Amino acid sequence: MEINKISEFKKKSIFFKISEVLVTMASKPSGFIGLSILVFHILLAFVSPYLAPYDFKAIDPSLMLQAPSSEYWFGTDSLGRDVFTRTIMGGRTALTITFFGSLIALLWGGLLGIFCGLVGGKIDDVVMRIVDAFLSIPWILAMLLIVSLLGTSTEVLIPALGFFYGKGIVRVARAATHDVIAKDFIISARARGHSNLSIIWNEIIPNVRDAILVEGAMRWSWMLLGFSSLSFLGFGVSPPTPDWGLMISNARGLMSFAYWAVIAPIVGLSSLIIGINLTADAFAKALGIDRSTKAPV
Amino acid sequence: MFFLIIKRILLGLITLIIVSLITFAGTEVLPGDACTTYLEREAYGAALEACYERLGLNIPAHERYLSWAYNVVQGDFGYSLSGQMPINEVLGPRVKNSMVLASAAIIIGIPIALILGIVTALWRDKLPDITISTVTIFAMTIPEFISATLLILVVAIWLEWLPGIVIVPTDVTITELLPNIILPVIAIAMIMTAHMARMVRSSVIQVMASDYVQMAILKGVPYWKMVFKHVLPNALLPAINVVALTIAWLLGGVVVTEVVFNYPGLGRLVIESISNRDLPTVQALAIILASIYVSINLIADLLTLMLNPRLKTLQIRK
Repeated sequence: MEINKISEFKKKSIFFKISEVLVTMASKPSGFIGLSILVFHILLAFVSPYLAPYDFKAIDPSLMLQAPSSEYWFGTDSLGRDVFTRTIMGGRTALTITFFGSLIALLWGGLLGIFCGLVGGKIDDVVMRIVDAFLSIPWILAMLLIVSLLGTSTEVLIPALGFFYGKGIVRVARAATHDVIAKDFIISARARGHSNLSIIWNEIIPNVRDAILVEGAMRWSWMLLGFSSLSFLGFGVSPPTPDWGLMISNARGLMSFAYWAVIAPIVGLSSLIIGINLTADAFAKALGIDRSTKAPV
Repeated sequence: MFFLIIKRILLGLITLIIVSLITFAGTEVLPGDACTTYLEREAYGAALEACYERLGLNIPAHERYLSWAYNVVQGDFGYSLSGQMPINEVLGPRVKNSMVLASAAIIIGIPIALILGIVTALWRDKLPDITISTVTIFAMTIPEFISATLLILVVAIWLEWLPGIVIVPTDVTITELLPNIILPVIAIAMIMTAHMARMVRSSVIQVMASDYVQMAILKGVPYWKMVFKHVLPNALLPAINVVALTIAWLLGGVVVTEVVFNYPGLGRLVIESISNRDLPTVQALAIILASIYVSINLIADLLTLMLNPRLKTLQIRK
């Protein structure tokens, strides 16, 4: 009975905390706009296959480069495909891949950072040197190399993005761990004879979780930017999958007279990235973390 | 002081050595080697043997790394597979073109960023700040290829003011190049300026809230004298490091921008050599781009060190 009560209380408190953070985020105009855009895009990604008026890969040469009309709201592209259909479905691949990629980045980056911060010494030195080295390879070069050698399937892209964007999280998690490691409760946990694993799980993670989550939210928008750049350069998803980056790069050559085919995916991608950014900023502020002086590394 | 500088340079060198190991190991561990990736379906028999022979791929990996590193230290990056000439000759004009682009963007970007950052900080939460901050958020979050495409659409196609893409040979002279680079420079400078303006803004705001500035206000120091004498010198120092990180981060964005504008620089070479599966050139590019990153950070660290008397006696930040 007693135990049940405690677990019930805990459950409620986590739910309460999440809703509290969400309310704080939405109470400022920028946070509200960001959250609404993000929620809209996520909902759209789920329902767009049922909303799409046409088949996203149906090619019809007789309908090439039609201007927007009541029939084709956003016009058609150079292969006669409906731009509206492709635009509302264009975020699905990007959102899925970058969401799971960010989760992987959070997981390995966070755990390695906490481990390094806790252990310190030689291991920490070596790992941080390697992380520094990875940070100094331009992301685009590394991603292009991985993708061109291993292919562009989802199973490659998710771990590749997750691995590559996790290295910055290592530094944040390590710094956050350094901040708590000298606190009394860690020293007393050590005095009680707890193992490193138990200290990480029970003492450090609850204290560094917020900083790491905020960093992960920020990485998500950078990863989306990176993934779209890859698609734009022709190294991301393969056609005919509708994807904003790919659509922009395909329609770019003809934009002098078919600007609609380029504008629609631009609006889609820009709004999603701005939405994630505003949400991440509001998230950071709601948790009381100042990351305004951080550089994009 | 002297010891700290030496230590910092050594750390940078160690980072570069690790980068070279990573790129070398990366191309080694990933499936395929330089010859099979380059020759693709023709990778058998005499052609493969000849390629192995020329690149020296039939000697063990660690020996190959050592001889490669030895040559790189002497400034020889080896032989480009797709260009069929020494990588140094491929790189030369590209490095120059990219340097022109980057320095133009930096020369235009830094003063504008300083002014915008200071203005937004001094008029915090007032109309100038709200307008400029909103614009900078848009400029820095929108991907490079989108802002570049929009620039071409609006300035080149709709207004017909400037040429949309750069059509010049790779070995163009600087005077011929300059009229062509206006749009690419704007595209790169825009994002860079937005990032830096945000950093300067938060740095100035932090200093404005500090005790000694409050003290100066209480003592009745005139507002603008306080801004120029007490706030700016202290606020701009920490911004140097952040500016360096921003410039270094933009290396990736420059690649995309160069592709959009068809600009014959290092960035387009990255894409070309990867499309052509020219691994020796990719390795060379990785080392060069990483050295640029490391040296920009090194210069920023040294600048901060020299300009900040307090850091001279302290252990350097790491």
